[in-house]
Amino acid sequence: MRLETPIARVRGLGSARSGARHWWLERLTSVATLLLFIWLAVALLRLPSLDQPSVVEWLRDPFAAVPMILLVVATFWHLKLGLQVVIEDYVHEEGLKLFAILLLDFFVIGGVALAAFAVLKIAFGAASGPVL
Amino acid sequence: MHRNPARPLSPHLTVWKWGPHMLVSILHRVTGAGLATVGAAGLVWWLVAAASGPEAYQGFTSVVTGWFGLVVGVGLSWAFFQHMLSGLRHLFMDVGAGFELRTNKFWATATLPGSLLLTALFWLCLAKAG
Repeated sequence: MRLETPIARVRGLGSARSGARHWWLERLTSVATLLLFIWLAVALLRLPSLDQPSVVEWLRDPFAAVPMILLVVATFWHLKLGLQVVIEDYVHEEGLKLFAILLLDFFVIGGVALAAFAVLKIAFGAASGPVL
Repeated sequence: MHRNPARPLSPHLTVWKWGPHMLVSILHRVTGAGLATVGAAGLVWWLVAAASGPEAYQGFTSVVTGWFGLVVGVGLSWAFFQHMLSGLRHLFMDVGAGFELRTNKFWATATLPGSLLLTALFWLCLAKAG
């Protein structure tokens, strides 16, 4: 005999009522990544060279470092929303699905932290040395 | 049973024909997944290498300009442009435009040569810049 009420059975299933926000943020971050990658392409093409000193000198400028951090955040946010949907579509086993989304979130947060730290390290003019 | 081939076929679980829109739809996912994993890792690697110093950066460039790196790089750039173009198509469809059969098929098909063309242009620019 199940002691739970029908409402308890359906809770957590079906719409979590946050789908519209997920959908909207995916669009918002897609436009942001599009603009920021156009900026990146133009900025890199204008550099005299793509070697380390040129890239570092360029990223010392706040007008390069700030959009670069925004690019990293927008890109990782967008890929988190997108890959989450892919996982939810193809991974049906509940535990495995949860684990995959957990891994994805760790990858995203770790990636953003690492990339942002690298950009800030350059921008704040720290002596070059291993990040990790 | 007689079937008039000029009539549209209603969708069925096992009876359907590949169309450009289906190919572009699954390519959007595949390219997105590739960019999200390999592409994102590459972006982080590039920034970390630049912050770590000339030696680490040298390690990054030697892999990226090696034959394996170039194959991955060409693949990623194509994935980027394919995902970008079909993403733009999605944005138009999100506001309700481009659902007429002909228009829909045209823009779905256009993303394919479009992404190849942009990939070629991208590598031409890169080769020119050295």
